[in-house]
Amino acid sequence: MSKLIFEKHSLNNASWLPKLEELEAVILKRIPKKYLRKSEPAFPSLSELDVVRHFTNLSRKNFSIDTNFYPLGSCTMKYNPKSLDSIASSTSYTQIHPYQDEEDVQGALKILHEMQFFLSDITGMDEFTLQPAAGAHGEFCGLLIAGAYHRSKKQKKTKVLIPDSAHGTNPASAALCGYEVVQVLTNGRGHVDLKDLKSKLDDSVVCLMMTNPNTLGLFEEEILEIAQCVHGAGGLLYYDGANMNALVGICRPGDMGFDIVHLNLHKTFAVPHGSGGPGSGPVGVKKNLIQFLPAPRILKEKDRYFFEKSAPHSIGKLRSFYGNFGAIIRSYAYIKALGTEGLKGISENAILNANYLKMKLKDIFEVPYNDFCMHEFVLSASSQKKRGVKALDIAKRLLDHGVYAPTIYFPLIVEEAMMVEPTETESKETLDEFVNILRRIDEEIDKDPQKVLNAPHTTPVGRIDEVLAARQPNLRFKPPQG
Amino acid sequence: MQYISNTEKDKQEMLSAIGVSSFESLIANIPKRLRDFELKIPVGISELELDRELDETGNRNKNFKYYIPYIGAGNYDHFIPAVVDRLALRGEFITSYTPYQGEASQGTLQSMYEYQSLVCELTAMDYSNASMYDGASSLAEAALLALRFGERKKILMPETVHPEYQAVVRTYLSYVGSEIVRIPMKNGALDMDHLKKSLDQNVAAVIVQHPNFFGILEETQEISDLAHRAGAMLIACVNPISLGILQAPGEYGADIAVGEGQPLGNSVSFGGPHFGFFTVKEALLRKIPGRIAGMTVDKVGRRSFVLTLQAREQHIRREKATSNICTNQALCALKGAIYLTLLGKIGIKKLALLNLSNAHRTYERLLKIKGVKPFSDRPFFNEFAVRIDKDRDALKVSLKQHRILGPLDLGKFYPTLDSSYLFAVTEKRTDQDLDQLIRAVDR
Repeated sequence: MSKLIFEKHSLNNASWLPKLEELEAVILKRIPKKYLRKSEPAFPSLSELDVVRHFTNLSRKNFSIDTNFYPLGSCTMKYNPKSLDSIASSTSYTQIHPYQDEEDVQGALKILHEMQFFLSDITGMDEFTLQPAAGAHGEFCGLLIAGAYHRSKKQKKTKVLIPDSAHGTNPASAALCGYEVVQVLTNGRGHVDLKDLKSKLDDSVVCLMMTNPNTLGLFEEEILEIAQCVHGAGGLLYYDGANMNALVGICRPGDMGFDIVHLNLHKTFAVPHGSGGPGSGPVGVKKNLIQFLPAPRILKEKDRYFFEKSAPHSIGKLRSFYGNFGAIIRSYAYIKALGTEGLKGISENAILNANYLKMKLKDIFEVPYNDFCMHEFVLSASSQKKRGVKALDIAKRLLDHGVYAPTIYFPLIVEEAMMVEPTETESKETLDEFVNILRRIDEEIDKDPQKVLNAPHTTPVGRIDEVLAARQPNLRFKPPQG
Repeated sequence: MQYISNTEKDKQEMLSAIGVSSFESLIANIPKRLRDFELKIPVGISELELDRELDETGNRNKNFKYYIPYIGAGNYDHFIPAVVDRLALRGEFITSYTPYQGEASQGTLQSMYEYQSLVCELTAMDYSNASMYDGASSLAEAALLALRFGERKKILMPETVHPEYQAVVRTYLSYVGSEIVRIPMKNGALDMDHLKKSLDQNVAAVIVQHPNFFGILEETQEISDLAHRAGAMLIACVNPISLGILQAPGEYGADIAVGEGQPLGNSVSFGGPHFGFFTVKEALLRKIPGRIAGMTVDKVGRRSFVLTLQAREQHIRREKATSNICTNQALCALKGAIYLTLLGKIGIKKLALLNLSNAHRTYERLLKIKGVKPFSDRPFFNEFAVRIDKDRDALKVSLKQHRILGPLDLGKFYPTLDSSYLFAVTEKRTDQDLDQLIRAVDR
């Protein structure tokens, strides 16, 4: 059984801290008793060796990009260059305080300012804020900006249009702003249904939130017309940048007519995913929306960088200080390292790898949309389902082969969906091996179905009882009574 | 630099397999006019050159080797033992992602469960989530939770809450039809008379930061009792290091306890990334935002960990979710968990005592200087304000010359407090540092 830190005991007298210079009783006299803790926290007591062993062994139970092929669609699990971690760990960058005088942090401000420019150039937008901490935070920011814009024109808008294939954060972010969510249908070719969009566009629409390529991995060919329709109805066009890995250096959302854009630095721009963050979700806007950006903006005059002093129309602040600086600096270094040709290489190889995989997999799985995909594609395990095995089972069996499963059951509009995103950093060899593995699993469905239905077999634990977890929530360690 | 793994031969083979002669055929459906642009980003460089450039840029920052930091105001210079980064930066932690496939993510999930447990013990609260972006946005989401819980529409916000946190709460609450009522301060803490007058049947929650922005301890038990008597929730925003000796929010009846996790094993890093912790009493469990890991079993009864109560979250409930949060700050929370484990039972108390002792001895020596006067007579933890009746610019020059970073000029946020200064003193400050500070101020 995997023991918790609370279930192991060895010596810890915190000798890594210096000795107290005064007696405990003397120190505590400085605070009246009523403010002091009544009960001691039931913290673990573990020696440094045991702490290191515990967490090292925990890490070894994880699949990760460093250890496994991780084609998790919509997450862009590309290689995270170690040089970026190294740079971000430098004390020149970790040991500076956000409230230092501007003249003492010109290096940090330069990075933030240049990053604003880099991202604007890549996306075809006019300026960026680096404040939001993640994509969803960026969506919230972008929607607040859209709202501020409409209010400045004395327009009351209440609805946000979102395609039925959209990621869950889109409607959740719209709800956070108090907007009503209206779904736009996807047509038979896997694109936003223009007719349905037109029927739902009216003067109460704040914006259409969409991504391009969409969550099916398909480029929205009618994007220019979509932009025209939305703008014609007085709405704004919002770009969810989760799929930017397909477009870098090829085309730009700003040129397509998007007014507001968010990016996920922990996807396209190589910030490590960290098992769930920290990421960064910068938001870019066109000129007419700059005044609404969160404060403070970082500006430059001659050779000096500084914070904007006053922004009366800004939507305010979304978090303390300026952004996930440690994540931003990694992406900044990444963009500098790659340069223009390297950036183009991202999307070229991502699209090539995805189309290659799709070509090789289409005789094993159903491919609902047969056009060339961009950086990711969706398969359907519907014919496997008829033979008694579902996408979930295939995903679990992949783990036995040392491959992290693709995203399953998303987007919602495809039955038994499996969304595959290889990214540009994987080799053909890895992709070929992945195809072989899936072929073997597909054969197992007829020869030895239990192997698939009861998978995984080789991971630290087998299929997990999620129902029990939700019915009898055990969400923290409780020390035994007495 | 490129991180591609495909050789030219591989690329040609792949194009053939797909059935096209060139890459351009794969994107022929993109309108031509969208292809007509040139990136202005400069040409790529090698890792060697990248290192050199970022090193040069870094030299334009004057960091804590150059200055001795006596400033906090939400981000604190605490010592981080080497084990924290060595463990957290392991590839298996840093390059894995959201543990949707639980069987392949037991490392992440168990450490999340342990993090949740540690934070609950520290705060004496019932449940914790797996982290939020930072203390400010955690506080904002706590306010939203309180507003959604019933019909009441008011949030009471003391002036003594970190001004940036106040701003973030205002932004988050912009469109939910609520009212933020300001509680002014008195003697460095929130004005109790004003609080009593403002507590009516329409108050959903009272917020208190403890220690507050000025480092001062608030009357949390009394505030808690008043809030509950009026049918309102108490939201406490707390400093995690202080909980080694200060009364924990669960002990004074907080319904929601949040705060900035940066002091726990995360470097200051110019303001981020850090993490917000978010804890609640049992009654609010189903309303909590963000991810939560739970303990369960696998099909042969082995202990397992899994993301649970997902029906609250955006990928299931979409617009009806308790929050839109998806990616949180998992690696920062992991550092926090490792740090707290390294502290252990004895360390968490010892660390708080070191901070308290250092800060109070600094305060006592400062008060001996002519022109330095108390800001308040209330107790404080490791941060305090004083009034300094000296020329502001001369003081600033002297501090810089003596290589002192801070204190924070309170006039930055409170125009009427422009001759008051906020000092933070952690376990890292030595007697030599203190002598230097005294020399700087006593000019």
